Amino acid sequence: MTHPPYLYPGYRSTVLRAPARELVMPKLGPDSIELASPVFGHQELGRLDDDLTAQHSGEPLGERIIVTGRLLDASGRPVRGALVEVWQANAAGRYAHLGDRHPAPLDPNFTGAGRCLTDDEGRYRFVTIKPGAYPWRNHPNAWRPAHIHFSVFGTAFAQRLITQMYFPGDPLFAYDPIMQSISEQKDRDRLVSRLDMDTTTPEWALGYQWDIVLGDTPMEA
Amino acid sequence: MTDILDTVPDLAPTPSQTVGPFFGYALPYAEGPEVVPGWHPDAITVRGRVLDGAGAPVPDALVEIWQADADGRVPSGVGGLRRAPHDFSGFGRCATDPAGQYWFRTVKPGASGPDAPHIAVLVFARGLLKPVRTRLYFPQDAGAHEADPLLSAVPAERRPTLVAEAVAEAVSEAGGTRTYRFDIHLQGERETVFLGI
Ligand SMILES: [Fe+2]
Repeated sequence: MTHPPYLYPGYRSTVLRAPARELVMPKLGPDSIELASPVFGHQELGRLDDDLTAQHSGEPLGERIIVTGRLLDASGRPVRGALVEVWQANAAGRYAHLGDRHPAPLDPNFTGAGRCLTDDEGRYRFVTIKPGAYPWRNHPNAWRPAHIHFSVFGTAFAQRLITQMYFPGDPLFAYDPIMQSISEQKDRDRLVSRLDMDTTTPEWALGYQWDIVLGDTPMEA
Repeated sequence: MTDILDTVPDLAPTPSQTVGPFFGYALPYAEGPEVVPGWHPDAITVRGRVLDGAGAPVPDALVEIWQADADGRVPSGVGGLRRAPHDFSGFGRCATDPAGQYWFRTVKPGASGPDAPHIAVLVFARGLLKPVRTRLYFPQDAGAHEADPLLSAVPAERRPTLVAEAVAEAVSEAGGTRTYRFDIHLQGERETVFLGI
């Protein structure tokens, strides 16, 4: 199991929110609702939804980057036309969210939310700026490594995934209980993007590659 | 010739991480709770609270639903985010408010196969490293619940956590709307039955 457990006391908020009872493992028939997924079309998205640097009148501050990769099923097949949603802090580590009290500046040219649909190869692509690390109140001197939140749909509601993408070599990984809640290093590594010089655009933006793999869809045995 | 895909070994899935506290300006959208338009003659309201193990409301949860239409058909066309005006999207998304409350306006799904009418429910929240999944069943279908394969797999004393409660007709501009309450207890004495799928 690559997923973290529900209860991971190092991440304090799990203590009262983690289910404690045994999960029920239903036998799903081929027509089960959990094996189908909502479908999204291009007309439902805005033209600038995949370029987080172009949603305001000016350019946001920070390091412009391209983040791209493929959405795959457990057999490595591309998942096409899937909705991918992202949100992130700005370059200073501040979210455009009323609840974010970090005394770092907001950027009037950066909201930090985007959407796109995967193409025929299962590929998503966003232009954005590299988010900053930010403090949180989990424990004294707690800091989150820089990350972009990802929300994806597959071909089954059972595959629905929300996760976070990190940047290679971040020295905060070892101190982050959210990342460390995943027990195996090889699984934590699955959340780390890699710098890719083929995605990098000369004189313009560094490129990062990160593939997302969805879980199996459970069928009636 | 071998299909190249047949040679690809099974890949391990990307691990889940918490939705965190700051999704509120990115994931919710205006029509998210409205799976059907307000004038729909068969509209029902589903509402409830998300509660933690101490019984405190969870004000930073994201609830998503996915369901068949009134005839038991699963939607297969586009429109998950921007439902066409006369349509039914089957998908809903609602962030909880400061009192931990969510709501959806939808229709009661029809039965399909051996399954009693139900809505798939998914909850993300700060403090949930991966989502909890459950199903909402309707109180008037007690007979069909006996034969439902999923409910049959649940210990009898925990089955009520999967059945919504009918509440008094609420009056809106459009007239009466049948309302169901479905509280989701993440933990504790009345912990909702969650699914390992
Ligand atoms: Fe974050």
